[in-house]
Amino acid sequence: MKTKVYIRSSGMISPQNTFGKSITLENPVLPGGNRMNAIEPDYKQILDAKSIRRMSRIIKMATAAAQECMDAADLKQPDAIITGTAYGCLEDTITFLERMVENQEEMLTPTAFIQSTHNSIGAQIALTMKCHGYNNTFVHRGHSFEQALLDAMLLIAEGEMKNILVGGVDEITDTSHAILSRFGLFRREPVVSDLITNPGKGTIQGEGAGFFLLSSEASGDDMATLDHLALHFKPSGTHDLLDFINQEMEAQQISIEDIDLFVLGLNGDLKNDSEYDVLQSAIRDHQKNAFFKQLSGEYPTAVSFALWLAATTLKNKKLPFSGPGMSSRGNMKRVLICNAGLDGHHSLILLSAC
Amino acid sequence: MIVKPAAEIFVAGVGVNSALGLNLAANLHALQAGSSGIGPITYLNTKHREVFSVGEVKSSNIDLGLLTGLSPDTSRTALLSYIAAREAWDDAGLHHETGLRIGFVSANSVGGMDKSEDFFEEWMADNTKGKLKNVVGHECGYITDLVAMKLGIHHYTSTISTACSSSANAIFHAARMITAGYLDVAIAGGAEALTRFTLNGFNSLMILDPLPCKPLDENRKGLNLGEGAGYIVLASAKAMSQLETKAYCRLSGWHNVNDAFHQTTSSPEGFGSFMSMQGAIRKSGIRQEEIGYINVHGTSTQNNDLSEGTALIRLFGDALPKLSSTKAYTGHTLGASGGIEAVFSVMSIAHGYVYPNLRFETPMKDAPLLPETSFSIDHNLRHVLSNSFGFGGNCSTLIFSAA
Repeated sequence: MKTKVYIRSSGMISPQNTFGKSITLENPVLPGGNRMNAIEPDYKQILDAKSIRRMSRIIKMATAAAQECMDAADLKQPDAIITGTAYGCLEDTITFLERMVENQEEMLTPTAFIQSTHNSIGAQIALTMKCHGYNNTFVHRGHSFEQALLDAMLLIAEGEMKNILVGGVDEITDTSHAILSRFGLFRREPVVSDLITNPGKGTIQGEGAGFFLLSSEASGDDMATLDHLALHFKPSGTHDLLDFINQEMEAQQISIEDIDLFVLGLNGDLKNDSEYDVLQSAIRDHQKNAFFKQLSGEYPTAVSFALWLAATTLKNKKLPFSGPGMSSRGNMKRVLICNAGLDGHHSLILLSAC
Repeated sequence: MIVKPAAEIFVAGVGVNSALGLNLAANLHALQAGSSGIGPITYLNTKHREVFSVGEVKSSNIDLGLLTGLSPDTSRTALLSYIAAREAWDDAGLHHETGLRIGFVSANSVGGMDKSEDFFEEWMADNTKGKLKNVVGHECGYITDLVAMKLGIHHYTSTISTACSSSANAIFHAARMITAGYLDVAIAGGAEALTRFTLNGFNSLMILDPLPCKPLDENRKGLNLGEGAGYIVLASAKAMSQLETKAYCRLSGWHNVNDAFHQTTSSPEGFGSFMSMQGAIRKSGIRQEEIGYINVHGTSTQNNDLSEGTALIRLFGDALPKLSSTKAYTGHTLGASGGIEAVFSVMSIAHGYVYPNLRFETPMKDAPLLPETSFSIDHNLRHVLSNSFGFGGNCSTLIFSAA
C-alpha cells in the first residue's frame, strides 16, 4: 500500500503494566499459572461512573483502552471505529446461555443478550465518544485484529478519512478457560519464566484490549509508521513462514537483513513453535528476536499486543521490557511482527520508525 | 469528508436460501407468487415451538447434510452458508483454473451457537461432559473458514459481525478489497441459523410477534425471526471480462454510520438510517430521484420501522420511490438479512422485480409509508437501495445499479 499510515497513539490493557501514564515494564509480570489475566485499571479515572456499572468486563477494558488512545492523541472523536474480536463478549454470551438452560427458556432478562453481540464493543465506544462515523467489527478467529487493521489501512488509502481508531479485544472467562483447557491448549504445569525457552505441550491463555489511532497525516510525535500488512490462511499442508516473509519483503523492496527486530508469536507450545523453526535459523542474529506471548499470553487478537510492543519500541528506540528473549538494541528502524496462529491464520506486520 | 466514487464493481452471480426455499429459483417463485415462508416452528428444538411464527428453512440438518456432503452434525449456519455460497460460485461460473484471486467474506451474528447451546446443556450438568465437537465451531469465523475450505478459497477469508447489518458490511468490505487490488473476485454476504439463543434473546426484549409480522404497518406487533443465507459474487471489471457470464448489475454505492444513540434502539428521528442512505447515494454518484425501489430494513418492530420510516420521509419527502420489506416473506434473518436482501435487490435490477410488502394494511400514523402490496415488474428500474440496520446503532446501506 503506497499511502503512508501513521500510528499516532495507543491504549493497551494487558497482563503487563501497559496502561496509564505510569507504565512500568522493566520487570515483566510472570505468568505463575496457565492463564494471564489483564491488569485492569481503576475505570472510574477514565470512564463515566454511571456507565461503568452497565458495562461488562470486556467492554470496560475496550472502552478504557480506546479512550486512553484518543486522549494520548488529544482527539475527541475518530472518523471511524473498527474492532477485532474472535470470541466477542463471552461473559455475557455464557451468562445468557446458562440462564436459558437453567430456566428452561423462561423468565429471561435481556441485558446479557444485548451485551452479548460482538459489535456491542465498538458500539459502546461509539456511544461513549458520540462518534457517528464508520463502525465495523471483524470476528475472523486469529485474523480478527489484523483484518480490522487492514480495513483501517484501506479507509486511509481510499482517502476519505484521516483518523481511524482500531483495536483488538478478547477476554478470558472461567468457563472459556475450562472449555479451551479440555482441547489441551494450555500447559498442565504452572509456567513461570521459561514459557518460550522451555517449550512443552500447550501454552498459557492471555487476554487484553489494545487500541491504536491510525492517521493519514504525520503529527510530529507519532509512534511509528505502519508500512505493510500481509495475511495468509493455511487450510492444510505446510506453509513456510520464511518464504512468506521473503515474498512479502521483496514486494516492499527490502530483505530480511533490513529488519532490526522480529516480534515473534512463539507461545511455548512445541507444535506451534515448530512453525518458526526455519525462520529462526534464517535470522542469524538472535538478538533480533522478541517473543511477545510470554508477556501477553496466547489469544486470537494477541497481535494487538505485539503491535503495541513494536510501536512502543520504535518510539522509545528500545524494547520496553528486559528479560529472556528481550534483548534491547540501539537504532532500530524496522520491526516485523510475525504470527502463526494454530488455526492456520498467519500474519506479518511491518513497521518503521518515524 | 471527501467522497470518492466507487470503482466499477460488478455482480457476477448470486446464491440464496431462506424460508422461501433452498435456491434462487424457489425464492423468486415464492416472491412472485406472494407466498410467505413464515409459519410455526418445525425444526428448532425449543420450548417455544407452539408460540412463535418463524421463517424456517424447511429442511432438517440431515437433509442439509446430504445436500452439502457435510456432516449433519455441522452447525446449521455452515450448512446454509455452504449451499448459498456454492450456488453463487456456480452461478458466476467460477472455477479455480482462472487464476483469479478469490475471497470469501461472510457474516453471521452468533457463529455455531446452535451447537454451543447443545454443548452447554451437557456441560452445565457435568464439566467433564459435553461433546467438544459441538463447541469447536462456536466462533463466527470458524463457520466462514469451514465453508471457504470446502469451496477451496484461501486468498482471503473474513468474517464480519455487526448484528443485523453484518452482511451489508461484509459485501462492501469485499468490494473495497477488490478496489484496493487485494482480490479480483469475492463471494460476499452472510448466513444465519435459527437458535434457541437468539429466539430467547429477542423474546426477552419482547419484540417477537407470535403471528406473521406486518412490517411498516401501524398495527405491527414485532418481528419474526428467520434463517438462511445470501451471497453475491463481486468482480472487478477485469475479472468480469474473464468470466463466461454477464454481470447482473453493479454495486455502485455503500455507506456505514453509527447511530450512537442506544445499544438496542434506534434514535426516533432515524439519524443513523438517514445518514446511511444519504451517504450511499452520494457514494454512488446518482441523484436520489433515480432510485426506483428500496428494499427497506423493515423488521416490523415498533422502533425500527418508525425510525427508518421517519428517515425515509425526511430524505425523500413526497417523492418516495417504490418500497417494501421482504422480511414479511423470510422473517428477520439477522446476520444473513443483508445478504439475502442483496440477492433480492440484484434480481430487482436484473429483471425489474418489485416485491410486495405482505400483510400491509394501515400506514404508520407517525411515518406514513405506502409500500408495494403486489408483485410487479418495472423495466425502467436502474437503481435499487437496500438498508440493513442493527443493534449497537450499526446502520449500513447498499446501492445496486444497472451495469
